[in-house]
Amino acid sequence: MKPKHKRLAIILSGLIVLGGAVGLALSALNDNIVFFYGPSDLAKMAVAPDRSIRVGGLVEQGSVVHEPDGKTIHFTITDGTNAVPVIYTGLLPDLFREGQGVVAQGTLQNHEFMAREVLAKHDEKYMPPEVADALKRSGEWQRNEAGAAPATQGL
Amino acid sequence: METLTPEIGQFALVLALIMSLVGATFPLIGAHKKDETLIAMAPSLALGQCLFIGIAFFSLMAAHVTDDFSVLNVVQNSHTLKPMLYKVAGVWGNHEGSLLLWTFVLSLFSAGIALTPSIDAAFKARVLAVQAIIAAGFFLFSLLTSNPFIRVSPMPIEGNGLNPVLQDPGLAFHPPFLYLGYVGFSVAFSFAVAGLIQGKVDESWARYMRPWVLVAWSLLTVGISMGSWWAYYELGWGGFWFWDPVENASLMPWIAGTALLHSVKVVERRGALKHWTVLLSILAFGLSLMGTFLVRSGILSSVHSFANDPERGLFVLIFLVLAVGGALSLYGIRAAKFEYGRPFHPVSREGGLVLNNFILFICAVIVFLGTLYPLFLDAVSGTKISVGPPYYAATVVPLFFILMVAMGAGPLLPWTSRAKLGAILFSLIPAAIVGALALGFALFDMKDVMSAFGFGIAVWVICATAQYGWRVWQKVLPGGSAFERLMRIPRGSWGLMLAHAGVGIVVMGITAAGAWQQSFEGALKEGQSATVGGYTFTLEKVEQHVQGPNYDARRATFTVAKNGKVFATMRPETRLYDQPVVQTTEAAIRPRLNGDIYAVIGDPNNNGGYAVRLYTKPLVSWIWGGALIMAAGGVLALLDRRRFAKRQKSAAPAAAEAGALS
Repeated sequence: MKPKHKRLAIILSGLIVLGGAVGLALSALNDNIVFFYGPSDLAKMAVAPDRSIRVGGLVEQGSVVHEPDGKTIHFTITDGTNAVPVIYTGLLPDLFREGQGVVAQGTLQNHEFMAREVLAKHDEKYMPPEVADALKRSGEWQRNEAGAAPATQGL
Repeated sequence: METLTPEIGQFALVLALIMSLVGATFPLIGAHKKDETLIAMAPSLALGQCLFIGIAFFSLMAAHVTDDFSVLNVVQNSHTLKPMLYKVAGVWGNHEGSLLLWTFVLSLFSAGIALTPSIDAAFKARVLAVQAIIAAGFFLFSLLTSNPFIRVSPMPIEGNGLNPVLQDPGLAFHPPFLYLGYVGFSVAFSFAVAGLIQGKVDESWARYMRPWVLVAWSLLTVGISMGSWWAYYELGWGGFWFWDPVENASLMPWIAGTALLHSVKVVERRGALKHWTVLLSILAFGLSLMGTFLVRSGILSSVHSFANDPERGLFVLIFLVLAVGGALSLYGIRAAKFEYGRPFHPVSREGGLVLNNFILFICAVIVFLGTLYPLFLDAVSGTKISVGPPYYAATVVPLFFILMVAMGAGPLLPWTSRAKLGAILFSLIPAAIVGALALGFALFDMKDVMSAFGFGIAVWVICATAQYGWRVWQKVLPGGSAFERLMRIPRGSWGLMLAHAGVGIVVMGITAAGAWQQSFEGALKEGQSATVGGYTFTLEKVEQHVQGPNYDARRATFTVAKNGKVFATMRPETRLYDQPVVQTTEAAIRPRLNGDIYAVIGDPNNNGGYAVRLYTKPLVSWIWGGALIMAAGGVLALLDRRRFAKRQKSAAPAAAEAGALS
């Protein structure tokens, strides 16, 4: 083979491997995506109990209950229209508070959300975009509540 | 205190913009028309631009340090009670200031190029002109959308404070390092574009570019590891990497930069892989810009997200499209002019580096897909998804393991000619045996097979690198003391050894900390104990309302005992900051070489106890230690360059000797 053809053959086989790798990556992606829902979305649909999902909204006022074991917490995520009861075991993030935006990841079992993870945010003024969207969709969005003046923070 | 410094800063920023606009045009015309006068303007303009943006940056710093609340930026981000370190760090702890830092760093790099002797003047003018184009774009961005020098009237008497989570030494210096790395890749980009304009990319092009790539890569390595270290001790449960979009945004340029620093070596040594290296330079900087865009635009949902302004993101996006699109079009027009490099056998050092680049490139593509697919899907269908660690564990991690297996043998391959792969692998049997023993031990002791493999492969990389070191040692001219012989090993070889061993150390840390971690999460009352991984933690007391400079803390005191002997007292805190009101967790960490002990105090429960988290994390500090070793390797490789260049002028044989080994 001429050097030029050799080069071409190497580049072509590289592209084929690259294509295969991207294909495999996409299939891994498909298996591992986690969908986000607001409480009103969940009221309208069924989710398989083994499917990991994210739920976001506001922590309902007065809904946080600590069990005597000191690590299990019950609270309710609401978007003003619908609400989902959540059970979580572990320490809550610093910025978790009643009336504040929250995102939880876990599985929905018998209309109760078993959270494996409750996501922390660095900034008290910050509203996760999904939560803001979910609140907008359910008509609960209040600009002042979600920080009308966006603060500019660094990385 | 009201001062004139903001006006000085504003004025200096405008002057820097003017210099960059002149620097972006006249030297380019000069290089095209071979006009010596115009070409000679480039270095002075770069130095002037650097001087003025420096004045602007330090003016803003002066406003922050002196609590000049007539400046909006200071009002929004500072407070008289804030400790001095964070008044300084507060300069870049916000969007406007961090942009100023970005342009200052860019200008520093330009000044560095301007001061490098012996680069061909016309080529230097082109590189500096491309740098000036980038700078002009960001100066305009700063002045038009994010001016840090805007005054407020009437002047408030107090500022709003800085997010307390950011009041932390790790985070104070994390963004500057990250920016130094991101912006460092602008130099590679400028070299690539200048090379395309002049239609020639050769060994000397690579020789002048490589030190900048090494600088950028080392700084980015430090920056990323600082961010991960910060997450480890500040977020309160000892996680250090989340495959979070914002983290991925900094990882992608790092991966591309790692590929680049390997491929540019091939161009430097053999003149091959020119096309790929030019494209990779454009990609690395494109990904850096994208990282800035993703973080700045606020379109990502992430544990690191802050409130942001989408319009600013749009500016960066347009700039990204223009820069990358422009550079790629130029590539399409000019790249055919490149001369072919020298051919090489597929099983050779060049071949190994191609494999390295190929795997790294696929890793970058995978991270790119996982990071951007959710944004794409949201834009197209409005469906909200997130992609978490399992995706990366199934894709990037196994690929990286393959890369690490190859990494052990790669440095032993000869340049150009066909390698005797069988003999090389045979010589590496000792490293393979140690690696296999580590794997066996880990398989026996770890629950997670993936981690066990990672651990074994990491040990293999370290041992194979040591064997490479032994071979280099044997080739060094004999005679003199052991120390003299060590000093005779080329720094490039030291760089390679440290960087590769550093990767092994990082991976050992990651796998051990993950698979061997022990934890307790539950409630303890004062006087009660919990045992984690052989350590008995006793909650001695909990103090309320411990006053700090700008916070009120709940402080727990744990004594930690092993085999009945108390050997540490740990005091984790929960802090409530005044301004703004934010609660933070301050974990107490006892770092040790063989693993950290980690304690967190949480909120009280209804029956007099407190939620606590206690962890033992074996080898976790190796992650950051290893990253620092990698960065040190990059710096050493850089120092080799200068020595090499000097020796090449004076004594050719010495240079040849150094070259034969690296």
